[in-house]
Amino acid sequence: MRISTFFYCVGQGLKNIFRNIWYSLASVGTMAACIFLFCLLYSVVINVGYMTVRMESMVGITVFFDEKLTEQDILALGEKIKRDRADEVASMTYTSAEQAWENFKDEYFAGAPELAEGFAGDNPLADSASYEIYLKEAHMQEDFVAWLEAQEGVRRVNYSSLTAEGLTAFRNVLAIVSLALIGVLLCVSVFLIGNTVSAAIVKRKEEIWIMRWIGAENSMIRAPFVIEGLLIGLIGSAIPLIGTWYGYELVVELALEKLTVFAGLLAFLPAEEVFRVLTPVGLGLGVGMGLVGSRASVRRHLRV
Amino acid sequence: MIEFRHVCKSYDKEVQTINDLSFKIEEGEFVFIVGASGSGKTTLFKLLLKEIEATSGSIIVGGADIGRMKRRHIPRYRRRFGVVFQDFRLLKDRNVYENVAFAQRVVMTPVRELKRRVPEVLGLVGLSAKYRAYPHQLSGGEQQRVAIARALVNRPEIILADEPTGNMDPENAAHIMELLEKINEMGTTVVVVTHSQEIVERMQKRVITMKRGVMVSDEKRGELHED
Repeated sequence: MRISTFFYCVGQGLKNIFRNIWYSLASVGTMAACIFLFCLLYSVVINVGYMTVRMESMVGITVFFDEKLTEQDILALGEKIKRDRADEVASMTYTSAEQAWENFKDEYFAGAPELAEGFAGDNPLADSASYEIYLKEAHMQEDFVAWLEAQEGVRRVNYSSLTAEGLTAFRNVLAIVSLALIGVLLCVSVFLIGNTVSAAIVKRKEEIWIMRWIGAENSMIRAPFVIEGLLIGLIGSAIPLIGTWYGYELVVELALEKLTVFAGLLAFLPAEEVFRVLTPVGLGLGVGMGLVGSRASVRRHLRV
Repeated sequence: MIEFRHVCKSYDKEVQTINDLSFKIEEGEFVFIVGASGSGKTTLFKLLLKEIEATSGSIIVGGADIGRMKRRHIPRYRRRFGVVFQDFRLLKDRNVYENVAFAQRVVMTPVRELKRRVPEVLGLVGLSAKYRAYPHQLSGGEQQRVAIARALVNRPEIILADEPTGNMDPENAAHIMELLEKINEMGTTVVVVTHSQEIVERMQKRVITMKRGVMVSDEKRGELHED
């Protein structure tokens, strides 16, 4: 296709939009609502994910060992964990029984060290040598803990399943609900774009008829309508993307300022990082849905 | 140039719209096809432009049987024709220049060629001064001139005119026929469908007469070609 022909088709596509301005506005509006919702849900999902990962790094698993195990046995078991579950373990810290007692004393007898003197020569936490393990991802925890508990010499495994599991479940439910909502809205958008393009085809029936007699190629007849759908998709996705970009930083700033109660929990990704993915995906979705809607309409109404 | 060989066309089993039609039109000829409503003139046009397929027989254009033509080649085939209609079929939202340029744009003619060719054909049909006028600002005769310019602009080998003077007074009708004759003299084959005996008599060209889908005569100024 010549450049001049391409611009002619783009011009005709734009004219179609303005000829059916109300249909076009309805299509752009629905597409914008759909992409806005997508941006919103994506931002929430990705930030919840980010917070979950952050939480995961804060929630550890503590492993205690049988009384009969020597320190060498415990260290050997630690090596086994590192070796066999290397893919899951982010970090591991060993605390010997002596270190555990020292830590306890520092924490509880800090103001009255004489109280600890009663235990001189005797370590009340003699069997409290432990490993504190941090996993790469929270969902690995269940399986990992089961494996640990099955190991010979392991007496007890302490972990908090509630936080990690709760966050992961929340993220998953949110993602599923989001996908379902976006799916419904996308279908509505495709339907509306298809209708808009159909209206344009009906309005230009005479012109299409003349084009056929003149000897225009099918692609030339169809191009303005496909471009119309594509432009509606592009405009309908660009508007919410720009809006969300400006809104995101504002909301993050407000949340950090007002929700100080959750200061330890709240953490947000920078806008650049969120929109590095969101922009191409959002634009792709808009343009893709525009193309799908217009092509379906052209196939149905323009049998040339 | 154009040859119909025993062409039949029926839309249902009982009625044959075109029945065993055979004739030949040579390059550069001017031919009238006359007949009353329902005689099969429009069907003949549609067959020639490959809008519909013949039930039997073959249509040869430029040496090729168009019945064997693939669908994707139809647009290029249609560019061999320039079509003029009784009701002009101009785009009301575009001026004279844009209406003519439209025919070049849709076949992807380079802009430089378009800018040279459109004023040229507007000059040929005598509408250079009205290139900015919109269809509603023109008389019927002028609108038909724009339609002829649009049909001519892509340099077709054949002009097909379906009742080109149907909506006109005798004076305008005569001007349109003069214009078509001038185009024919420049080497383009012209086929005019009409029911106006007055025009046919005045032009003294070859006349193919059809009645109920059958060719009843093919004559030129009293000389009988085929019956």
